[in-house]
Amino acid sequence: MAHTAEDVLAGLAEIVAEETGLPADSVTSEKSFTDDLDIDSLSMMTIVTHAEDKFGVTIPDDEVKNLTTVGDAVNFITGAQA
Amino acid sequence: MPNVRDVVITGLGATTPLGGDVPSTWNAALAGESGARPLENDWAERYGMPVSFAATIRVAPEEVLPRPEMKRMDPSAQYAMIAAREAWADAGAPEMDGDRLGTVVSSGIGGIWTTLDAWDTLKEKGARRVLPMTVPMLMPNSPTAYVSLEFGARAGAHALVSACASGAEAIAYGVEMIRSGRADVVIAGGTEATIHPMPISAFAASRTLSLRNDDPAGASRPYDQARDGFVIGEGAGVVVLEAAEHAAARSARVYAKVSGLGLTADGYHITSPEPTGSGQVRAMQAALEDAGTTSASVVHVNAHATSTVVGDLIEARSVSSVLGADADQVALSATKSMTGHLLGGAGALETIFTVLAVHHRTAPPTINVTDPDPELTLDLVRDTPRALPEGDIAAINNSFGFGGHNVALVVTNA
Repeated sequence: MAHTAEDVLAGLAEIVAEETGLPADSVTSEKSFTDDLDIDSLSMMTIVTHAEDKFGVTIPDDEVKNLTTVGDAVNFITGAQA
Repeated sequence: MPNVRDVVITGLGATTPLGGDVPSTWNAALAGESGARPLENDWAERYGMPVSFAATIRVAPEEVLPRPEMKRMDPSAQYAMIAAREAWADAGAPEMDGDRLGTVVSSGIGGIWTTLDAWDTLKEKGARRVLPMTVPMLMPNSPTAYVSLEFGARAGAHALVSACASGAEAIAYGVEMIRSGRADVVIAGGTEATIHPMPISAFAASRTLSLRNDDPAGASRPYDQARDGFVIGEGAGVVVLEAAEHAAARSARVYAKVSGLGLTADGYHITSPEPTGSGQVRAMQAALEDAGTTSASVVHVNAHATSTVVGDLIEARSVSSVLGADADQVALSATKSMTGHLLGGAGALETIFTVLAVHHRTAPPTINVTDPDPELTLDLVRDTPRALPEGDIAAINNSFGFGGHNVALVVTNA
């Protein structure tokens, strides 16, 4: 079952909140993983692993570097489900 | 040879089967409480485990640590961090140059929960689901590394591994770091988190665990005739070691002095202690000599005494042999009767007990000894604490480990 962009954002926010301790509602589309959320590469790969599991998608390593903002990740995951 | 630098203890921290910190753990020990209880899960039934109890940690780490920290640390590192924060605060959180601060926090087994969880994930979901933090969480240096990061300790971060002697060996190495001038302050201790069905089954397979399932609180009974093995425990103990002149310069409260170190190996068998106890004797003698004292000053021994049939008596004979006629003045305590066996955490927790015994001049009790082994000739402190004499006193903490590791520490009053 495909997740809507809204579902993906909410699910991703939960994963990021678990990993960082930030409140889930602060994880919004325009936030940068590194600059705004202070997520290092190991944490980013942890988030990717959980996101793949949650949404049933594969996010290739080459793609991860293009995911600058939360919105980029939501778009990729939403597209990858199709 | 006199020591170049005296090393004192200025901070204590712990999370144990008796309590979430040192005061609650010490008070429970003085009250003769047991930390052993039935496991709150169906492991024994599901896996056919012969043991259905353990000395589990009293305060769960999730009650203390923020969730992101929980997810980045194996339970063994979580316990170490909780104990290290308490110890550091207890020492007055000294403002100091991180280049002069070291850490030595050991685990006997390492991040086994993380290892086994990752293996389960791999089998169930495949390689892509194995989390990137797996290696930094399972590596046995993870607790000491996290403590080093927490306090900006850059004089060196070490993790000596010697099974159930690890916690004591960590403290010994921390003392050496200060004596040799590499550091002024060292955060040192041991931790273990192995209450998982696999290691419990493995220890049971080696026939070292008590099978007293109908009486968990009475299962750890060192020196009792009906003892039948150790009770697996978990938790951490951490101390702040400090060069005496450094502590004096900041007017720090000093609990006691770590005056002597004795470390030997049996070179005999991978699990059984050498039957004559010669390695244990050499460790205790070396520690007394290193402390510049003799058995005449010893008034208290915190025994390794895990409640195994063979091990307890070998140690008792070793202690008797080292103390000779001075044994009459010595109060012997086996605190694993209350805490269970914290494996890599044991030597550190028992160092804390020894330090507090010297500081408060009170030897903690040994519980569950209803029928003492007739071969024990030492004066065992049973059921209630016992006062230790005034004046200059010394105490010995023994820790031994699978592999034939023997560590004796001599603690003296400040």
